[in-house]
This record gives sequence, structure tokens and C-alpha cells, in this order.
Amino acid sequence: MSSTESTEPRHTALDALHRSLGATMTDFAGWDMPLRYGSERDEHVAVRTRAGLFDLSHMGEITVTGAGAAALLNFALVGNIASVGVGRARYTMICQADGGILDDLIVYRLAETEYLVVANASNAQVVLDALTERAAGFDAEVRDDRDAYALIAVQGPESPGILKSLTDADLDGLKYYAGLPGTVAGVPALIARTGYTGEDGFELFVKPEHAVGLWQALTEAGAGVGLVPCGLSCRDTLRLEAGMPLYGHELTTELTPFDAGLGRVVKFEKEGDFVGREALAEAAARAEQNPPRVLVGLVAEGRRVPRAGYAVVAGGAVIGEVTSGAPSPTLGKPIAMAYVDAAHAAPGSEGVGVDIRGNHEPYAVVALPFYKRQK
Amino acid sequence: MSNPQQLRYSKEHEWLSTAEDGVSTVGITEFAANALGDVVYAQLPEVGATVEAGETCGELESTKSVSDLYSPVSGEVTEINEDVVNDPSLVNSAPFEGGWLFKVRLTEEPADLLSADEYAAHTAG
Repeated sequence: MSSTESTEPRHTALDALHRSLGATMTDFAGWDMPLRYGSERDEHVAVRTRAGLFDLSHMGEITVTGAGAAALLNFALVGNIASVGVGRARYTMICQADGGILDDLIVYRLAETEYLVVANASNAQVVLDALTERAAGFDAEVRDDRDAYALIAVQGPESPGILKSLTDADLDGLKYYAGLPGTVAGVPALIARTGYTGEDGFELFVKPEHAVGLWQALTEAGAGVGLVPCGLSCRDTLRLEAGMPLYGHELTTELTPFDAGLGRVVKFEKEGDFVGREALAEAAARAEQNPPRVLVGLVAEGRRVPRAGYAVVAGGAVIGEVTSGAPSPTLGKPIAMAYVDAAHAAPGSEGVGVDIRGNHEPYAVVALPFYKRQK
Repeated sequence: MSNPQQLRYSKEHEWLSTAEDGVSTVGITEFAANALGDVVYAQLPEVGATVEAGETCGELESTKSVSDLYSPVSGEVTEINEDVVNDPSLVNSAPFEGGWLFKVRLTEEPADLLSADEYAAHTAG
């Protein structure tokens, strides 16, 4: 997923800090990002049981403002963004006219006429271009704010306590998928209770020049409860266990939200037209009558790890394809998400395996997610 | 990271011990273990199998990837490390000691194995 625009990777405001911590770096969507600092398994377990600190500054922030901002986003995205209350956030998608998924997004409503759209790093330019194009005729401004923010996430059961020690903001009143402006460790931040790990946690949008100070303050505040810096490797296994899709794996332009089992994000009942409405209505009907492949969970009986692109097999025939796979630190077994033919998608379906470099290894079909936190 | 002086190294990041009674121990280097990340599965050659220098003889699977294991020498496998099969994380925690992979009775040894210093130079690049 390297950038096609430039061969020189971009560096976040925390780059020197990652190197001083001994991070193994990786190119991700054109950014030089921490893959892991030590053992990715230990980082994963820290987030599940204590807390982890992530640099997510590669994510693509786009600000939409103006009297027509809500109307624009209702037209440009598949969700009912006008109905999102100020201070709340919504998981949604942006689709092509043919219904294919361009990206999945989190949209924060910061004010009556101001939204922050957060796109995947690999799609930020595509989303920016689409929003800009779709804004024609709306009383709204689409602004590229990718360089305006650093994004630091603190995730895990200890994260509320850690953050409370650094802010006066009302964290107890901040619900999941809500965001409010505040001050953390003396710097202004948008404090959002969102994440991509399956744990309670926060994402902090700050000015890049404040990122190092905030990271250090969080590190000190979390030292007593076992907070560790975490790289993208454990972020991937955390989201996989939580059954969360990743663009480029479970979501592509070849699939509509209905094909991905996420038809619920498409709000046909909202007022007015939106890009993809007609094609998505057809996709919804198709999914109802003649279900395409279904996204399922697979749990290995053995120890071989399924990887994206491996064939799912039953009775000697290919019945699907793995989209993401990894050893699960929580389950202690390899797991995968895969699209499989509807006939084999029911949990407990017999005789399903994955072709792992020529060997058909047995796998159990399970409902997603693999892991759900105890509240 | 220091590579033990008494071992010799392949450019594919395996190490080889000095033969005792014609049998050498093979493992992967700390450099390779760090590059792989947490090893979660080790497929080692069978005892009695013939391995060829520079040819694949197994697989090491980590969180992010699967990598072929190359034999640095030719010979017959006399023993595999069952501890690593049961707990592949030994490859990360003790690559030069408890994380050894297999033992081989040498039939032929390639001339191009590296000394510890040469290997350190190879991985510095």
C-alpha cells in the first residue's frame, strides 16, 4: 500500500520519538509508521488488559463547514449525517455511483455547521477529491486538514483513568462515538471516544506541534498501570479479533456495503438523493433474494495462519477467499475473516478449510466478532 | 545485537555451529528473528530428511508473514527442536540458544558462509 505520488515516505510529528523508542518502522499508505516497538503480541495483550498508545497521524482529516455542510454530507455519504448531534460521531461510508465502497469513515459533528471527516490514509486523497467534486452546488467548504492534525489514540481498559489524570473534560459523560473539544496535558484537543481495537479508548486530535508533549504526558500518566506504545501490527490483530473491517481487505470498490454485511450503514430513509442510492437499492434487493458471499469468521483447528487471498475450500471446491488473517493472541489460535458462499456461511458449517500453500487445513466457521469486551 | 563469534552465518540469516562428530546445529539469527516479529509457527524438516544448502527446508510463520527457512548446509537432519515446535516464541527470545531449529549431519559445507563480523557487516547495509 505504498503511495503512488512519491517514493519518499511521509513522517509524522512523532517520528523521532518512535525511533528513540526503538520502533520497527514500516511503509503504510505512503507514511513511515511504527509497526511494533517490541513484541506485537505483548502490545496486543497490553491493549486488551491495560492500555496502549498509538500514533495514528497518518489518518486523513477533512473538515466540512458551512450552512450546507449537513446537506452535502447527506448527499455525498450513505449515512444520515444531518441527524448526527453536535458532539457525536458516526461510522459511515462513501460510495461510488455504482454502489462500490470508496472508503469507510468516521464523521464527527463538531458544531452545527462543522464536521470532521476521518478517512483511511490510503484513501484520503480519493475521499477529498470525491467530497470536493460532490460539493458543487452546496453552500459548504471542503478543506484538506491532513497536515493540521496529529492523532494519538489511547486504548484499553485503563485508558479512562490515564486520560482523567490529564484533563478536566467530562470523560464520564463522553459516550462511545462522541467527541468534545477540551484540554489534555495543557494542549487543546478534540477528545473522541472512538477506536479500532474493540476496547474502550480515546482518540485525541491535536496540532502536530503538540504531539510530542501529549505523547510524553500520556506515557508518564500510564506508566503505573502498564501503558505501552503500540504499533500498527497489533492494531491489525486487535481490529481483526473485534471483527472490524479494513479497507483494502474486507471493503473494496468491488463490493457494496450490502456485500460486506454492512448494509445497515446505508440510510435510504434520509431525505433527498445521495450518490449511489439507485445502485445500492438494487444491491439491497439482490442481497435479500440471492445473497452473495457472506463475511464470516474462521478459527483454525491447527496452527497454520491463513493470509489475505488464500482460498476457502469445502468438498474440494473453492467456496470463498480469506480477506484478513492472523494469529489471535486472545484466542491463542489463528483466525481469519473471509467471504464465503452463503451455503457455507452458517456458524458450525461442516467441512470448511483454508488452502494454506497447497494443504487444506480445517477451520471452524464462527459468527463475528471473535472477541467482545465485557462491559 | 551481537552475533556469537563461534558460529558461521548465511546471507539468508541462518547460523551454523561448528560440527561435533560431523553434526552441526542450525538456527536463525537475532537479526532475522527481530525482522520477522513474533514467530507463531515453525514447520521444520523431518528427522531423516535430506536438506540442500541454499534450498528451502521449512517455514517460519510470524504475525505478519510467512518466511521460507533455508538450510545453510547440505546433509541429513538428525534432530529437530521440539521445544520450538511447541513454543515458537523461543526463536525470538533465544535465537542463538534455546531457539535452535534442527541438527544436520553434514555431507557438504558451502565455502561462502560468513564469519560473525562479516555477517554483522552484511546486515548493517
